[in-house]
Order: sequence, then structure tokens, then C-alpha cells
Amino acid sequence: MNWKRSAFAVIAAVPVIALLANGMGKDPSQIPSPLPGREAPNFELALLDPAVLGRPASSGAAASGSEIPTVRLQDLKGQVVVLNFFASWCLACRDEHQPLTQTAAAYEGRGVKFFGVAYNDKPADSRRWIAQMGGQSYPALMDPGSRTAIEYGLYGVPETFFIGKDGKVAFKQIGPVNAELLTQKLDSLLAMPDPAAPIAAP
Amino acid sequence: MRLAAAAALLFASASIAQSQAQPDAGPDALRAAPANAADSAIERQVHRLAGELRCPVCQGLSIAASPTELSLQMKGVIREQLRAGRSPDQVKDYFVEKYGEWILLEPKASGFNLAVYLLPALVLLLGLVFVIVMLRRWTAASTDETAEPLDDRVHVPDLR
Repeated sequence: MNWKRSAFAVIAAVPVIALLANGMGKDPSQIPSPLPGREAPNFELALLDPAVLGRPASSGAAASGSEIPTVRLQDLKGQVVVLNFFASWCLACRDEHQPLTQTAAAYEGRGVKFFGVAYNDKPADSRRWIAQMGGQSYPALMDPGSRTAIEYGLYGVPETFFIGKDGKVAFKQIGPVNAELLTQKLDSLLAMPDPAAPIAAP
Repeated sequence: MRLAAAAALLFASASIAQSQAQPDAGPDALRAAPANAADSAIERQVHRLAGELRCPVCQGLSIAASPTELSLQMKGVIREQLRAGRSPDQVKDYFVEKYGEWILLEPKASGFNLAVYLLPALVLLLGLVFVIVMLRRWTAASTDETAEPLDDRVHVPDLR
């Protein structure tokens, strides 16, 4: 009689313990994003500093008339895009700035485009911060009203999105990136064939 | 929810009072009146939806209850989409698409989530059955086996 009771207690406790173990093994601050695997939301954002673009204007920057040049994601199909949301008030962004700007420079001309997107930041503050950090090898974009941030399901900075040649979000990094992660993700994304362009020259 | 609705009503009445306080505005004010009514209806919907969505940068707060910049911007997105003629459900789906179901403060009653809704009732029912069974046993024991409690009474004074 007694062993039956204890067996029942054990059987009843197992699902409860399993549920708790499952729940406590998760980090509640890591919100699972539904975006990876889906089409990256399109955006058209103005450059924080048009002069930063530096290199040839063919790099996705559509200078429409005399307006401030903007960058549209749909113009970058066939390239790997790294979208880094940052802010001048974000401490962790300072840690990842060096690896980002160095990796962006290292992959220059290899079909990878890096963009910073200022999140809830004043343009003047973003500019000053980039200057303080010793410049940036890739352009920064402004996101007034955080519309693009919300489109990407952002809940904090830094967050970095890796968009493949097919225009789909391949990976989302919550928190700062490092050089190792950047090269690993970029190499695997560059190794993938471009579905949009058959053997035609660009 | 009720608080949000009350706030919306208060806001609506305040804006009506404001428009009434300027009788010299002329025909423009008259033309603006129906737009105001539509605005306050949308504003009510914005507050209702904002109360159902979780603020991504807070701990367990809705975007209606949160004063953060992102929450205000998300409310702006809700407002824009409602004005563009989207239904409240479509607006909710937009945020679910971007943030996942996590964004909903109240989980959808389907799939595994059903456990959240059914388990409490089930446990309550089991508890009720348990109490009834135990009560029956105890009452049966006290009427049938009177010897045991009597035995206790004999032993207790012995110990002292």
C-alpha cells in the first residue's frame, strides 16, 4: 500500500519538475524572434551622414533627386546585409563597435553590406558617438519613430540582423556581436548561392 | 482595461470641452466635430489594443501602462494602422508577426496554451474530489471504528 502511494507521488511530481526545469532553463529576457527564416522587412531609411557613405554611390544608396540619400533594402538583393541597431546611449554597443567596423572593412567588396540603424537616438548624438568611437567603416541610418525597429521586432539595443542573399533574415543576434560570430555568420551566408541571379554578371 | 477606457473617455470629453470653448472657430469647428468623434473612437481602440500588447523594454507591462519611448512609438503604429482602415485583429497580428506571440499579454487559447486555461479548473476539480473522498472516509471512520479514538484517550493521560 505504501509503495503504491510513493510511486503515485513520484509519477505526479515528474511532469511538474519537467515543466519547471524547462521553464527555468530559459532566459526570460531572450525573446524568441519569429523573424529568422522569413523575408526581411523592407525599409527605406535616410543616411545619418551622407558623407559617410564615401565609396561609389552605387552601393544601394538611391539619391532620389536632391533629397537626402536613402538606403532601401530591396535594392540590396543578392548581397548579404548586416543590420546593426545601435544607440549612443547604449553601453554594450561600445563593445561591439570595434569588431563591427573592422569586420565591415575586412569584407569590403565581397558582397556584404553593413548598416547601422540608430535606435531612439538624436542624430547629433549618434554622429558624436560615432566620432568618439573613432569613426565607422559603414554607413549609419536614421529611423525616426522607430518604425523600422518595430518592423524588425526590436526590443533593445544592440541587436544585429543577418540578411542572406535571398533577402531572408538568416540570424538575429541579441546583445553585442564579436568578430568570431561576424566572420562565422558572414562566411556561411556568402557560401550560399544567390537564388535571384543565375550565372549573369552583376 | 477599464482604467484605459476611462482615460480615453476623459481625453475625449476634454477635447470636446476644448472645442466647445472656442465658439469663434466658425464652420471649421463644425466640420471638425465628426472627425473628432471618429478620432476618439480610434483612440479608444488604440488604448484597448495597447493594453493587450506587452511592452518589449519593460517587465510585465503593457504598452498602455508604459511611458517608454518605444511604447509611445508602438502606440503610434497602432494608431496609424487603425486610421489606415485595419481592424484591431489585423493590428494585433502585425505585432505577433514581428515579435511573436510573446507580445500578447494574454496567451491565445489554443494548442499548448490551453493548459493555462484548463489546468486550474482541472486541479480545482481534483481537489474537490479529494476533499469529498477524505470527508467520507473520516465520517465513516468516526461512526464505525469508535475504538481507536477511545484508545487514544486512554493512552494520553498515561503519558503524563
